[in-house]
Amino acid sequence: MDRAAILDELKKVLDPYTENKDMLKRIDDTTDLVKDLKINSANLVDIIIDAEAKYNVEIDFDLAEKMITVGSCIDVIAEKMK
Amino acid sequence: MGRRVVITGLGVVSPNGVGVPAFLDAIRSGVSGIRWMPSYQELNFNCQVAGMPHFEWDQLKNYVSEVTFHGLKGTAIGYGIRAGLDAWTDAGNSLGGDQTLWDTGCVFGSSVADVEVVKRVIGRVDAREAKKLGSRVVEQLMNSSITAYISGRLGFGNRIIANSAACATGTQAILMGYEYIQQGLAKQMLVGSSEHVDPYIFGAFDSMRILSRKFNHYPEKASRPMSATAGGFVPGSGAGALILEDLDFALKRNARIYAEILGGANNSGGQRNGGSMTAPGATGVIRCITDAVTNADISPGSIDLISGHLTATAADIMEIQNWGLALGRNGRNFPAINSLKSMIGHCLSAAGSIEAVGVVLQILHHFVHPNVNLEDPNPEILKMIGMDCMPTALVEKEINTVAKANFGFGDVNTCLIFSKYKSNG
Repeated sequence: MDRAAILDELKKVLDPYTENKDMLKRIDDTTDLVKDLKINSANLVDIIIDAEAKYNVEIDFDLAEKMITVGSCIDVIAEKMK
Repeated sequence: MGRRVVITGLGVVSPNGVGVPAFLDAIRSGVSGIRWMPSYQELNFNCQVAGMPHFEWDQLKNYVSEVTFHGLKGTAIGYGIRAGLDAWTDAGNSLGGDQTLWDTGCVFGSSVADVEVVKRVIGRVDAREAKKLGSRVVEQLMNSSITAYISGRLGFGNRIIANSAACATGTQAILMGYEYIQQGLAKQMLVGSSEHVDPYIFGAFDSMRILSRKFNHYPEKASRPMSATAGGFVPGSGAGALILEDLDFALKRNARIYAEILGGANNSGGQRNGGSMTAPGATGVIRCITDAVTNADISPGSIDLISGHLTATAADIMEIQNWGLALGRNGRNFPAINSLKSMIGHCLSAAGSIEAVGVVLQILHHFVHPNVNLEDPNPEILKMIGMDCMPTALVEKEINTVAKANFGFGDVNTCLIFSKYKSNG
């Protein structure tokens, strides 16, 4: 799965956790999950749990802490899928 | 004298009607919400009927944000949110401004946290998958879950309390809200209670052999308060909610006033003198009723209607006797009395709030709802009060003053006095 494909799937993972649907359509590597998509920081753990199921990977606590922007999420997922 | 407290909004999720218009139609016509539960046969329960609301879960999307809706699992929580927010908008209030409403609070009760949510947690943890539980579980395990969702949605800034007093929970929540406003501590209180009797709670009651078991093939006949064939109660689920308001505050915003709460009382018999963990003692019950009458400053003779606890067990006889002794009224002089449980079963912690919504509707629309399934009144009860006091069909009449009581495990009692609103008090 290349970065573009991961991004497409990531949009589906993020969808239930943001009311900001316009922004969700336009996300790129620099989009901040909390600041830009207004996701409640408590929900980041749910996003990680959903991403683990979606990409069939395991994301440990240390890696999860790096998942702040869309770009860093894709970095972690791409690395884990290798 | 404290502040006068009026009721300006109602919301209800009842086995025989979701939303006030459907519920009003149902209680006027004597529509039963008791259904056969095929899964309870599979589970080897003695009682295989229950009062279950026809609740469309997806409609909650109109009540909470999409993000909140996603991951919302607790059925009782869903009922509570629906009833609470319906009451709020029914009172003419708007949903979700940006400001905290410092003068508005919430007392909303339940008897147990949602066991289905608990079960999911147990499954995950025992499978060593606690990591997969996510962020939305704790908020739904909290006993204060419903108050947290409602007050967050509406921005309440006054006291927010989740109360619990078994089957007296609903009436207790109303009394607490009443007292805060009466004492000048709040201007508006959203009060109510919610219950979802899932198979685990149901099974525990079933094992106590206090549930109706002889009418599994005739669900609508299964809940029979005050009858000779009353053989146990039928568990029910749902939620009720009321908006209580300081009279001056309500008048200032031109709110529609449904009824007034004149007073009430809440006590415990202390599990002494015949009271126990599971049975209300006569002394405590009588004292609770007389305290409520005194607190409301009314004459016992002015009560037009009693909305009883009356669950359809042997305790119904004792209850009628206690009302008679407390009010000094017997025979044909006894007030009209009815039990909503004949239509919806016993909704445990939600009983008091759903039944209170029924009381307000009877005051507002001038009627006494029928006692269904009372073809065979208990002879012991007929020795104490006239048959006319227990109408089996709709009675259209002016209702000025209603006494409403509920009694719960732990020997806890609550009694409320409702009245038609009169501007001169």
